[in-house]
Amino acid sequence: MAATTNIRVTETPLVLYALRRADDALVLGHRLSEWCGRGPALEEDMALANIGLDLLGQARSLYAYAAEVEAAGHDEDGYAYLREAPQYRNLLLAELPNGDFARTILRQFLYAAFADPYWRAMMRSTDPTLAAVAAKSEKETAYHLRHTAEWVIRLGDGTGESHRRIAQALDDLWPYTGEMFEADAAEHALVESGAALDPAAFRAEWERTVADVLSQATLAVPPSGWMQKGGRTGRHSEHLGHLLAEMQSVARAHPGATW
Amino acid sequence: MEDAALRQRAIEAASTVVDPEIPVLTIADLGVLRAVVVDGGRVRVDITPTYSGCPAMNMIAVEIDLALARAGIDGAEVRTVLSPAWTTDWMTEDGRRKLRDYGVAPPQKGQGRRALFGRDTVECPQCGSTDTTQLAEFGSTSCKALWRCETCREPFDYFKCH
Repeated sequence: MAATTNIRVTETPLVLYALRRADDALVLGHRLSEWCGRGPALEEDMALANIGLDLLGQARSLYAYAAEVEAAGHDEDGYAYLREAPQYRNLLLAELPNGDFARTILRQFLYAAFADPYWRAMMRSTDPTLAAVAAKSEKETAYHLRHTAEWVIRLGDGTGESHRRIAQALDDLWPYTGEMFEADAAEHALVESGAALDPAAFRAEWERTVADVLSQATLAVPPSGWMQKGGRTGRHSEHLGHLLAEMQSVARAHPGATW
Repeated sequence: MEDAALRQRAIEAASTVVDPEIPVLTIADLGVLRAVVVDGGRVRVDITPTYSGCPAMNMIAVEIDLALARAGIDGAEVRTVLSPAWTTDWMTEDGRRKLRDYGVAPPQKGQGRRALFGRDTVECPQCGSTDTTQLAEFGSTSCKALWRCETCREPFDYFKCH
């Protein structure tokens, strides 16, 4: 393999803020793309690929903005292909392996139940680019939320086997949900300026949506407890490295190649 | 050429570009073509994506460049703008008619997409019946869902409200 050099990103608060959301969307979108050709039915294969495509589009807009703000000559591809796991800033939830269909759908639901009110509120960001990305993303995310919520209900309130699988997924994924509501000092500075929003402000609405859907799905909301975190500062699970190795292999084998 | 005349020519050329996925609709019908600006003899065309990840956008940008070149306008800039966010309400009446004739049910105007478990009423583009059922929320492209008419039993694409 030809040698490639990782880019070094100067993470000002605004660059970091854009990268964190872009990395969430890219990594989660990539996970969904892994389902392509493997969905339990053709319709769901297409649904997962479509949701992944929306997330990839959101990631591109946010990377393009990070590049503009950082003004270091980096571009979308550089952020995606020339950073290693410790430089990624995504939520741990996004990078977890797909598991079965129940686990993939539940992960998407837990994320969309946060992203939907978050993007809707971000439309009022004082940062015009973030507000514009939010206005596009909120419509897509509302559709993702509707689709995944229906599946959570169908699987939870379905057969013994589907209930067992989604209940297991809920137990496994729950400790990764707390990280969505974390913000550090860099983000609080942006919240002060009105460019960003404190994710903790969306916890109550997220809890209401999740409780409502889980109740229809005959699933119990797990007790709140110790939560995993670290993705926002580059401390990732072992899974992200494997994901990136596959996603970046062509870009690293053929540096600078164009179609 | 005067800026005003150049702009008119650029608008006419750009308006002929069609969506590669739905070739009966031009980007003007769709509301994807947002603005044509001429400044000191330089042309800039603004387009906006229907969905964030719509893969047709690159193709549309190339097609605009080619259409302008055919009209004798070289070196134009095609810019993608995100704001204001595209909505199906921007689709022209003419566009909706063309879409129906093509066999795709056009999006309903001003549908409340917030109704999380709500359902749209969609008219079959073949026979006009409203006794229709959604088969899949996601279809062959980002902008479409798959439906079936219970009256004529034909499946059809529905351009999703957005």
